[in-house]
This record gives sequence, structure tokens and C-alpha cells, in this order.
Amino acid sequence: MKALLVCEYREGKLLDSTYELLAFADRLGAEKAMFLIGSDSALPACSTTVYLADAAKHGEYNPDVHKKLVLDAAQRENADCIVFVHSSYGWDLAPRVAAALRAGQVSEIVGIVDGGYEVGCCNAKMRRTVVPKSGKAVLTIQAGAFSSSDTPQGTPRVERIDTADGASPMEFVGYEPAEKKDVDLTRAEVIVSAGRGVGKKDNIPTIEALAKALGGELGASRPVVDAGWVDHSHQVGTTGQSVSPKLYVACGISGAIQHLAGMKKSDFVVAINKDKDAPIGEVADVLVVADVMQFVPALTAKLQ
Amino acid sequence: MKILVCVKQVPDMESRFKPDGSGTWFEEADLAFRMNEYDEYAVEQAVQLKEQLGNEPEVTVLSIGPDRVNEAIKKALAMGCDRGAHIQDPAPQGKDPWQIASIITQFAQGEGFDLIFTGMQSQDRGSAQVGVLVAELLGFACATTLVGFAYADGVITAKRELEGGIKGIAKLRLPAVVTCQLGLNIPRYPTLPNIMKAKKKEILAIPVADLLKEEAVASTARFYPPARKGGGIVLEGDVGNLVEQLYGILKEKTTVLR
Ligand SMILES: Cc1cc2nc3c(=O)[nH]c(=O)nc-3n(C[C@H](O)[C@H](O)[C@H](O)COP(=O)(O)OP(=O)(O)OC[C@H]3O[C@@H](n4cnc5c(N)ncnc54)[C@H](O)[C@@H]3O)c2cc1C
Ligand SMILES: Nc1ncnc2c1ncn2[C@@H]1O[C@H](COP(=O)(O)O)[C@@H](O)[C@H]1O
Repeated sequence: MKALLVCEYREGKLLDSTYELLAFADRLGAEKAMFLIGSDSALPACSTTVYLADAAKHGEYNPDVHKKLVLDAAQRENADCIVFVHSSYGWDLAPRVAAALRAGQVSEIVGIVDGGYEVGCCNAKMRRTVVPKSGKAVLTIQAGAFSSSDTPQGTPRVERIDTADGASPMEFVGYEPAEKKDVDLTRAEVIVSAGRGVGKKDNIPTIEALAKALGGELGASRPVVDAGWVDHSHQVGTTGQSVSPKLYVACGISGAIQHLAGMKKSDFVVAINKDKDAPIGEVADVLVVADVMQFVPALTAKLQ
Repeated sequence: MKILVCVKQVPDMESRFKPDGSGTWFEEADLAFRMNEYDEYAVEQAVQLKEQLGNEPEVTVLSIGPDRVNEAIKKALAMGCDRGAHIQDPAPQGKDPWQIASIITQFAQGEGFDLIFTGMQSQDRGSAQVGVLVAELLGFACATTLVGFAYADGVITAKRELEGGIKGIAKLRLPAVVTCQLGLNIPRYPTLPNIMKAKKKEILAIPVADLLKEEAVASTARFYPPARKGGGIVLEGDVGNLVEQLYGILKEKTTVLR
């Protein structure tokens, strides 16, 4: 099996997720070639072929053109599968490539199982084994699911690719930086986070009181931030902050992958959830099955 | 302008899931269904655009599934969509994203939509494919994961969400497909008068066989709960006892209690 691994490049840098693609291909036992729309000054450390197109010419986000370049490399390599990271770049580009090849796509792979790929479903509460039925397959891997302990090394063999066809009904305007963080959760020893299970904005002070009683900071899941209950600077997760406190208390948080990505390095995790099956249970050292608005005030009172 | 919004009906994610008889999907009995969360942002954005353009655009809401999906269609109509299209399919879970996208495409081709809104992903399947596939099949421009949407003179300014809170801004010419992400807007609640008005709106009923022309390119072999990584303690029971137990554990296992 031959795999074409699509690297990511943003604001002039090669993203580290590149090495997760290599780890996945190794787990798959596939022959590897890489694909990068980037620059000579930021090549991956590996000893495979890298199909390199110039980001200065083709842009960092220009999916109609990037699709053509990926298809060109896939054809030259005669790849059996084309692998992306399930990221804002990968989930945007992968289906375009799949459509062009009429190939089956398996999204957000977390594991390789007999005859297929394991993916999460039902908000990560369940799993599916998915099997592509087409000759070629397009795969996206979950960020963080595959990693290698080896330090990446080697010098790739560069094959240049280019296209004169830059037509696209889309124009990339530029990046907007992340909002300023006025709370630095990365330094907090204790974080008590509020999730949607807290119920309403009026209940946030109750969660904050527990954070105070533990000498920590208030964190939040994304829906709580989107609803305006808590400021964005408190958000934990892939689009918020990545934290590693001594104690993380998740109050009414289901444990979606994007939230876990931001807090799973915590030393000790306590989850308070009325649903015993909530996926947060997979990373929690203690799962307290209770109504958060009954349990949290009682715990705060005990601590005071 | 003609606008299409695609909505999927999914189970409430706080439900308990167990495999059905086939072992490839969940057992539906006892589950409560609702509109896929991401699709609520899609409906809201479509209705906001209609209002921005002086109610000129016609907004059609489409859903593929068994009769129960009419509830999701009716909710979208009560939020302000003009007409519904129920693609009748007793077993949409057996179709892969490619087939779902091809069904939507078949319907769209006959209608001549200028703009299509979908969710960025469905909460139950989570493939994040259908919207982009529809765009490719129709040859439309497409941007995914929108947290900002503005429209003027045939051009959409899309704010895409990237990792780490960075945004990417892109301009797309119509015809286009956009996929909607959490935080794009705050979906309105249908008011009682609008729920009443929605009852009079047309819902087309089209058998899926009329629109399905494609074979599946992927299939689900098995549906199962994740292996528990174990190690974690589960505490249940009376709140007072739970507090005592957790306090004891925190004292023993962490250094945060002084
Ligand atoms: C590209 C992308 C990026 C994202 N980035 C982030 C991110 O950075 N951070 C983030 O958090 N999310 C992020 N998300 C969203 C993520 O997928 C989830 O939607 C989100 O984390 C869910 O938040 P939640 O757990 O608070 O809410 P829900 O998933 O709705 O869970 C609520 C939980 O509360 C429990 N509950 C309900 N009532 C009670 C009660 N009375 N007592 C106790 N428990 C109760 C329920 O059982 C449930 O488990 C992102 C999503 C995408 C697609
Ligand atoms: N059965 C369906 N009926 C209507 N729209 C759907 C259906 N399945 C998926 N979609 C749309 O496609 C989006 C992405 O779904 P998915 O590719 O399954 O993650 C959803 O948010 C919906 O907008």
C-alpha cells in the first residue's frame, strides 16, 4: 500500500502534525511519500520523497488549486490512499480530492482495526469501523491520535510540482490573529471549567466560587463561551487554550475531542456529569455522577 | 436569489446509545431526535441573509430521512425558511456521505440554487464531508467551518475558524456552499405565531429512489462503544456522601488542598 501524506503549512511554517501523518503511515505499514505546499526552507525531517509546490505562488489556503496539485502528486505516486490531518485544512481539502477521484473518505480516524479504520461517532460516545469500498481511499486522521516517540530525522528528496491553472472562485484575504488572552490558564495550578451542563449564565458564579475555593481559575467549554456566559479568554480546547494544571475539574462537560485536546495533559481530572457514559469519563480520574448545580455548591461549602 | 439549507435530524447526544440488530448503527427506539446543532447555525444564517436582502430570497430547507425528520423541517420553517423538501428515506444511515451528497446534488440541480448552507458536520456521524462534496459535485465555490458570514453584491466574505483561535478570511463568488460552525450566530427560538405560520408552508415529499443515482464508496462494518481506558473511579449516590468521598480522594491523590 502506498500513502501520500498531505502536510500542512501556515504563516510560513510547516506544522508539526506532519509527523502524526508519518506515524499513522508507519502504523498502517504503508510506503510513504509526502506532499507539501510550502517552501524549501521548511521541509519536513524525513527520508521520503516530498512533492513540493510553492506556497508563495499557490497560497496557503486555496483549495481549488491545492486539490489539483494533490491529485497530480497522487497520480505520479500512484498512491492507494491520500492522508490528511482532520484539521481546518484537512477537512476542507480532503472531500474535494475524494470527489475528484470518486474515492471513499474515512474522516477523523482514531485507530486501525482489522479490515478498516476506527472513527468516533455520536459526539465521541461511540465508535464505528469504516471500510472504504473504492480502489483508492481518502483518509483524515484525528489530531493527536497517532504519534511517534522517535525524533524526526532525514532529508527528503524533493520533487517539484506546479500548475498553471490557478483559477478559483475564491480568494484568500488573510489571517486574523487569535483574541488576546487576559487570563493565562496555562499557569493555573487548578482549573474548574463550566460546560453547557451548567445550564445557564446565572449559574456561572457557582462554578467560579468552586474555582476560588480551590485557589484556581475558571475555565469553560466552547458552547459556554459562544453563548456569552464566559469570556473567550477562559476557553479550553483546540480553539482556546491548552492547559496542564495539577487539578482540572470539568463541570457539565461532555468531553468532545476538541475539549479533551486542551486539557488531557492535566495531572488529575475530576468530572462532574449526570451522564455516566459521557466521554469525559475516558480521561477522568474521578467521575462524579451528579447534578452539577447540587454537587458543586456542596463541595465548595466543604472546602470553605 | 434561491437558497438551500440542509438539515439532518440526529439523536440527543445525551442519550445512551446501543447497537441495533445489524450492529452497524444505533438502536433508534427510546431516542429523542432533534436538529443537528451545526445545522441550526446554517438555518439561522440563511434566514438572516433573507432578512438582509429584504425577504427577496426564497429559502428551501431539505432533510433526508424517515418521517420523523419532518419535525426538523418544521422547526426550520418556523425559524423563517419558506418551503421544505423531505427526501423520504427510511434508512439514511445505510448511505455513505457520498450518496447523501449526490442525493442533495440531484435535488439542487433541478432547482438552480445560488447558495447552499450546511452544518460543518453531523453530530452522530461527524464525517464533515457532505457540504464539501455537494459543492464539488455542483462545481460551486466552497468554504468550511464558518464563524463569520457577510454578503454583498454576489460575494460572500467568510471567516473560517482555524486552530488556536486564528481565523482565515476568504471571499467567494456565488454560486457557493458554506458549512457552518458553532459560534457563527445565535439561532433564534421559533415563536408561537411563527410555528403556526409554518404549518401552512409547503413541504415537498420526494422518494429517495428518485434522486439516488450513486453507489456507496464506504461502508460501516461495526458500531460499538469505545473500550474504557479504565483506571478512573466512578462515584455515584447521595450528594453529601459524594462530597466526602471526593474530598478524601483529592486529599490523598493531589497536592491542591491546603
Ligand atoms: C473545529 C472545532 C473546534 C472546537 N473547539 C473547541 C474548543 O476549543 N473547546 C471546546 O470546549 N469545544 C470545542 N469545540 C466544540 C466541541 O466539539 C463540543 O461541542 C463542546 O466541547 C461541547 O461542550 P460541552 O461539553 O460544554 O457541552 P455538551 O457536549 O452539550 O455537554 C454537556 C454535558 O453536560 C452534562 N449535563 C447536562 N446537564 C447536567 C447537569 N444538570 N449536571 C451535570 N451534568 C450535566 C451532559 O450529560 C453532557 O455530558 C470545537 C468544535 C469544532 C468542530
Ligand atoms: N440526512 C441528511 N439530510 C440533510 N442534510 C444532511 C444529511 N446528512 C448530512 N447533511 C448535511 O451535511 C452536513 C455534514 O454532514 P456529515 O458529512 O455527515 O458530517 C450536515 O451538517 C447537514 O447540513
